[in-house]
Parts: sequence; structure tokens; C-alpha cells
Amino acid sequence: MITYEWLYILAGAFFVGWSLLSLRDRRWGNAGFWGLLAASFLLGSHVSDFVNGLLVLGMVGIAGIGGLKRSKPATTTEIEKQNFSELLGNKLFIPALIVPLTAVIGTLLYNYTPFGETALFEPRRETLLLFAIGVLFALAAAIAWLRPPALAPMEEGRRLLDSIGWAAILPQMLAALGAVFALAGVGDIIGSLAGNIIPDGSVLVAVVVFALGMAVFTMIMGNAFAAFPVMAAAIGVPLLIEDYGGNVATIGAVGMLSGFCGTLLTPMAANFNIVPAALLELKDQNGVIRQQVGTAIPLWVCNVIIIYVGGFLLWT
Amino acid sequence: MNYWPLLGIAIVVVGFALRFNPLLVVVGAAVATGLLAGLDFVAVVEALGAAFNGNRYISVTWIILPVIGLLERYGLQQRARGLIENVRGATMGKLLVTYLGFRQITAALGMKDIGGHPQAVRPLVAPMAEAAAVKTHGDLPDDDRDKVKAMAAATDNVGLFFGEDIFFAIASILLIQGVLESYGYELTPLELAVWAIPTAICAFLIHGGRILAFDRRLAKHPSRSEEDRA
Repeated sequence: MITYEWLYILAGAFFVGWSLLSLRDRRWGNAGFWGLLAASFLLGSHVSDFVNGLLVLGMVGIAGIGGLKRSKPATTTEIEKQNFSELLGNKLFIPALIVPLTAVIGTLLYNYTPFGETALFEPRRETLLLFAIGVLFALAAAIAWLRPPALAPMEEGRRLLDSIGWAAILPQMLAALGAVFALAGVGDIIGSLAGNIIPDGSVLVAVVVFALGMAVFTMIMGNAFAAFPVMAAAIGVPLLIEDYGGNVATIGAVGMLSGFCGTLLTPMAANFNIVPAALLELKDQNGVIRQQVGTAIPLWVCNVIIIYVGGFLLWT
Repeated sequence: MNYWPLLGIAIVVVGFALRFNPLLVVVGAAVATGLLAGLDFVAVVEALGAAFNGNRYISVTWIILPVIGLLERYGLQQRARGLIENVRGATMGKLLVTYLGFRQITAALGMKDIGGHPQAVRPLVAPMAEAAAVKTHGDLPDDDRDKVKAMAAATDNVGLFFGEDIFFAIASILLIQGVLESYGYELTPLELAVWAIPTAICAFLIHGGRILAFDRRLAKHPSRSEEDRA
């Protein structure tokens, strides 16, 4: 049976590759950072929580002192890219489409045909596993078709990875922060504070407080990823799901999307709101946020309605 | 009840405001919150390590980078530009609404790196929107030009945020799955992703409508640029 453990080994191998290429490029910080992440992927399941924690502290240390830099592996020039794009045409989209199509079609086949009875994949893990299989298919197809130099796929991957930099593990780190917050009882504290303002038995008010908490926390934390575990612990799970019997999928998915409305409104989400203002040389640093207010607020109201109607009225 | 752990939230706010490295801020907040909740330092490091380890699947998706990078080497971005440039004759409103739809659909198919501010908005979407606005409304004051550019950036964000969750191998869907699973609710990513569709439709209607209204508003003040020059 193929499990997540296989994925971790695969991803770990990729990060080992990127670490070695950084080493060859004499970018010690990058080599160390991706090397520690590779260690987390490859060894994480076999070492203690404390050692895993030390790996995290190591990565944060390297990123904190600015040890992670952009790299410029050799690639094609603008002109060569333009020529290739004209020569190869829209077929260039095909390898990119192999990944989502493998994941979508594979998941549907696995769940709705006898293929699922083979128990090839760990239960409920099939989608991400099929995603990885799709990546391997797409990579093989692209290499067979384009015949790039041997190291080109990993070097091009490193170019993109280094342009993302430490932000590549920020979502995972924010999820970990959310888990630590949950352990420290932050969700329960917020839940007890929120409990004082939610009248007993009012589903709609509870939905509004949950969605509002997602948006506000996302604005504070700059990312819905850290807000979600806290609001799930505070209101989503105990009140909406357990007490009021709402649809778990609706509350989870649309709760997260309520948080995304908060992302549109906060300078903390620097990558999306402040960086583009700088890139576009706007006079007003908050110019992008100003253009988003009029979308974020009505969309947040839509999310409240979708949770209330889809998660409760239609569900029960 | 011990309210001290809430101080961790304050650390996040202050840390981001002072522009410290976000990873440093996040770990600082996690450690402070754990200590204030009465855990000792080793226990906090253990909790952090366990949570980071348990959420590794979120970062697995980066294995797609060699595929995208390789295709970029052979002109994927230039091809994407070519596709969008076919609507060059359109107005700013139609152009941005088309980009919104394009961004939402490609993100929903997992190609969230096709757009983005450095690679698509600055070199392509914003200049084209500005040019289209000038073409239909005449010369624009700097403030209006900035608003057109900001709207182009906003359109990229809205398209990405409210398209990507329809693709189920995306970090946020996996995170929702992981959190709910820790409470004993077992869901597949697909079950969650379908619930992103109603919001995606609302986002397209609301933001698309606002883009068109913004285009009309610019049209109503054709004389403003004259006043500006006076």
C-alpha cells in the first residue's frame, strides 16, 4: 500500500537534490536550509519530537539571519523562451495539465470504480498521492518531449524554489503555530470569550462569529492558515459541528474562505498586498488593499450565507 | 482561565509590524505562547517539532516546481501571455474580467503559479489594463492610473484566492483536512474542494461587477484629466 511515508521520501529526495545543487553553487545558507528540510522529510517519522523541533529551530535560525538567498541557475534567455513558445505553441500547457488531470481523474476512478478495491493507496490519502504520481508522469513526459540537459529540471526547480525562499515553509510553519496555539488552549480562551457573546442556540450568530473570527484572525496573523486551527477549536468544532450538527465539509472549506477575505484586507499579507504596491510603484502603499475592500466585505457576507444555508438549512 | 497565552497573538502582530523575518516571528510566538501556557521549553520545542512533522504533507506540493520550471525554460509564460494578448482589443473592464476568469480557472486546475505579481501583473496585466483604460477614456490623472494598476493587482489576488481551493491538492485544503481529522472528522480533499465552488462564483460576480463599474466610473469623468493639467 502506498502511504504518505512514500511521499515524504520522494519530497525529501527532491530537497536533498536542491540542497546539493546549492552546495555546488556555494550558497551555504540555502544548502543548509533545504538540507534541514530534507532531513525533516526523510527522518521526521523516525526521530523524536524534540529532534524535529531542533530541525525547525535550525531552519528558522538560517532564515532569521538572512541566510537564504535567491539563486540564478543557468536558463534560457528571454529571446530563446519567446522562440520556443512560438515553436512549441499551446502544447506547452499539456505537461502542466497532466498533474491536475491525473489527480482529478485518478481520485474519481479510485472512489467510484473497482480500482478503489485494490486498496493501492492509504485510505483518504489518494488525492495527494495521485498528485505526486501526476508530477512524475508530467516530468517524464516533459523530459522525453523537450530533451533538456540532465540537471535542467532540478536547476529550474531550484530557481523557482529559491525565489519563493523561506516562504515555501511558511504555510507548514503557520499550521504548526496553529497547533501550538491549540495545545496552549488559545482556541478555548477565544471560545470562552466568544461563548459570552453568542446567545444559546443561535446558529446564525455562531456562524457570523466563526466567519468574523476567521477574517479578523487572518488579518492579525496575515494568513488564514494560522487562523483556521484556532477558530476551529474555538467555535467551528465545538459549537457549529458538535452542538449544532452542521456539515463538516462546508464549515471547514467556507470557513477557510472567510479567512481569505481577511487576507485581502491586511498589510500583514505582505506578499499579496504590499509587494505588488511596490512592484507597481503605487504612491499609496495600501492602494491594492483599498481596491480589495469592496470585494472582500460582500464576499465575506456571501460566505456567511453559504455556511448557514449549505452547512445547516440544506444539510439538516 | 489563564489569558496569558493570548500574548502570543500580540507577538505575531508586533513582529510582523516591525518586519522581522516571518518564520522567526511565528516560532517566537509559538514558544512564548507555550511558555505562558505553563509548558517548559523542551515541551514547547517538542510540540513545535511534532506539529511541523505532522504537517509535512503541506510542503510536499513543491515537488511540482521542476515541471513548471522546465516548461518555463521553454516559454510557458510567453505562451500564457500570448493567450491573454488575444484580448488586447478589449476595454480595461473586459480585459481584467477575462484575466479574473483565467486566473480562477487555472488556479482551480492547480496552475497557481501561472499568474502572480512579479511574473504576470507587473510586466503584463497592469500595463495592458492601463493602456486599455487610456485608449477608451483618454489620458488619465496619476491617481486614476494608480487605481487601474492597483485593480489589476487586486484582480490577481481575488482570482488566485477564490480559484485555488477548488483544486484539492492545495495546501489550504490539506490543512483543513488535517485539522478536522485531528478532531476525528475524516474527509477527503475532494469533499472539501467542491465547497469552494459557490464562493468562487460569488467572487467572480462581485469582483467582475466592481471592475466593470470602475471602468464606467472612469468613463464618467473624461474631463478630470483636463482639470488636472490646468
